[in-house]
Amino acid sequence: MQFSSTSSYIVADELALAVNAAVTLEKPLLIKGEPGTGKTKLAEELAASLGVPLLRWQIKSTTKAQQGLYEYDAVSRLRDSQLGSDKVHDISNYIKPGKLWQAFTAAERPVLLIDEIDKADIEFPNDLLHELDQMEFHVYETGEQISAKQRPIVIITSNNEKELPDAFLRRCFFHYINFPDADTLSAIVRVHFPDIQKELLQTALEVFFDVRKLPNLKKKPSTSELIDWLKLLLVESISPQQLKESDGLMPMFGALLKNEQDVQLVEKLAFMSRRRGS
Amino acid sequence: MLIAFFFCLRKHGLKTSITELMDLLAALERQVVFADVEAFYHLARLTLVKDESQFDRFDRAFAEYFEGVEQVDLADAIPEDWLRRSLQRQLSDEDKAKLQSLGGLDELLKAFKERLQEQQERHAGGNKWIGTGGSSPFGAYGYHPEGIRIGQDGSNARRAVKVWDKREFRDLDSDSELNNRSMQLALRKLRKFARTGSAEELDLDATIRATSQKAGLLDLKWQAERHNAVKVLMLFDVGGSMDDYIYECQQLFGAARNEFKHLEFYYFHNCVYEHVWQANERRFSEKLPTRELINKYGRDYKLIFVGDATMGPYEIAYPGGSVEHWNEEAGAIWMQRLLNHFSQAAWLNPQPQEHWQWHHSIDMVHELMAGRMYPMTLDGISQAITTLQRTTSAK
Repeated sequence: MQFSSTSSYIVADELALAVNAAVTLEKPLLIKGEPGTGKTKLAEELAASLGVPLLRWQIKSTTKAQQGLYEYDAVSRLRDSQLGSDKVHDISNYIKPGKLWQAFTAAERPVLLIDEIDKADIEFPNDLLHELDQMEFHVYETGEQISAKQRPIVIITSNNEKELPDAFLRRCFFHYINFPDADTLSAIVRVHFPDIQKELLQTALEVFFDVRKLPNLKKKPSTSELIDWLKLLLVESISPQQLKESDGLMPMFGALLKNEQDVQLVEKLAFMSRRRGS
Repeated sequence: MLIAFFFCLRKHGLKTSITELMDLLAALERQVVFADVEAFYHLARLTLVKDESQFDRFDRAFAEYFEGVEQVDLADAIPEDWLRRSLQRQLSDEDKAKLQSLGGLDELLKAFKERLQEQQERHAGGNKWIGTGGSSPFGAYGYHPEGIRIGQDGSNARRAVKVWDKREFRDLDSDSELNNRSMQLALRKLRKFARTGSAEELDLDATIRATSQKAGLLDLKWQAERHNAVKVLMLFDVGGSMDDYIYECQQLFGAARNEFKHLEFYYFHNCVYEHVWQANERRFSEKLPTRELINKYGRDYKLIFVGDATMGPYEIAYPGGSVEHWNEEAGAIWMQRLLNHFSQAAWLNPQPQEHWQWHHSIDMVHELMAGRMYPMTLDGISQAITTLQRTTSAK
């Protein structure tokens, strides 16, 4: 199988190579990159293009590795025992399979997305070493051994909030999504807005890259912000001329700049360049 | 295979392991990429490097190792069984039959190598590259040009070299100076020592769970106290020679602000004396006596000095040495007092480390800090944090 750009997702050659290598060698693929460069979208598109189900495990700061394997609902068992339910005699009634379990036992090879792994506790990745390496684990309550029928395609994303342990990294392939260049970006935009005017797109991209180039921005706008902004521009039917001639802040700047200080900075710079121009 | 390349990477300070090399070899064997240096570059990086701050090193190592490789006869360099397998995969049965009539795969491979040689020479001679279609016997068999891609490899390699020569990840290298993003990355490591300690606190959730599991028999569970309230006291050197580093200090300050809930900061000039202050414009009216600073903040605060420590030696060693006012006691004495109180301390110096030896005052401060002075680079900050961590666990 070869993963490549689809009608709704543009993938750079290196990324396609990374995905194909990870799929072929059955290794987890760790994806890092600026927020909004399509890390999560990659897993969705990969699953769609392979026509297999996507299992998404969204990691939060409170997520434990065990929750990905299974959870033993002891409290409802206690309740059932007090109510005298018959279910209580079979412990497996209270074992809830987690995402990894589901992925291991799925009928066809699924895509398992472990999203934002850096949000969890620093020990979290270490707790998954064996499970991701051998693709099997033991259920202590029932004595069952769950091992993968076929190794799922594992995509892991990280926003770099915490460092991941070396031992974990060694078991993954690693790809860093670079911010796309102007050509790739316009290809991406055209996928989302096939009917967009060429002129508007070009002007918008110029403005966008100008903003990204500004030093000291707290949050650089990324692809997803660009898409949102263009959507607004289209909805408000703003012409390329309006965009070019806008004094100070660009129209609908709220979609691009998410930080008060950034807005002020852009405003100030626009003011200065206007003074210089006049 | 690729052993020399592996050692070249290690020489450049990449902590690549043998398992990762095996992964790369496995990927090559499975033909994830085939005879395309640029794709090989990406594959090698994918499998061997797991941190974007190491990408630049990888680029340099790759450039060093592959300098000249592009001139190597690729047909010889590629193991024959790889070629053979790839060709066979792409030939249909019909093709294979035809092939047999022409002397078999060995003959074809030989001819292929000759052709490759010829074309490379011609290319090197400066003629326009001749397409592999048309006159090529391979094209006549109608198999996908994928196999003949090797023929293009010479040109591919030349283009690919640029990919690593661009060194677009230079900004992220640990040795390079800090930028906003990398600063954040470095400070994030400070979170590590936020969760330590022994299990002394009752874990209510776990107790309930364990008790339920034992069908009502009380089972107490304990957990470690959460120490994620790291307390940091930062003292910034301002003015004079520090003006060159305003940008770096701002970045560090901003990053620290985001990272720590308990962050206190004060300014000093060149060396710490009896006063520090919090607002530069009111530095002479609203000062805090250093003694009070010591009394106000407990020993659990981690003290980070930020300064270039570049001054006259007398500013540290003698009473009255300060350039701004008459100080009754020498800076060194005040430094010592601070360090006696805040046992967890480090000094970050924005001066490039190579220049340190030229300033006697840096030596003196270095000594005062008992060697805990680090350059203000990603690596330096990481080291400083490791030091702060070590003193924590020693307690």
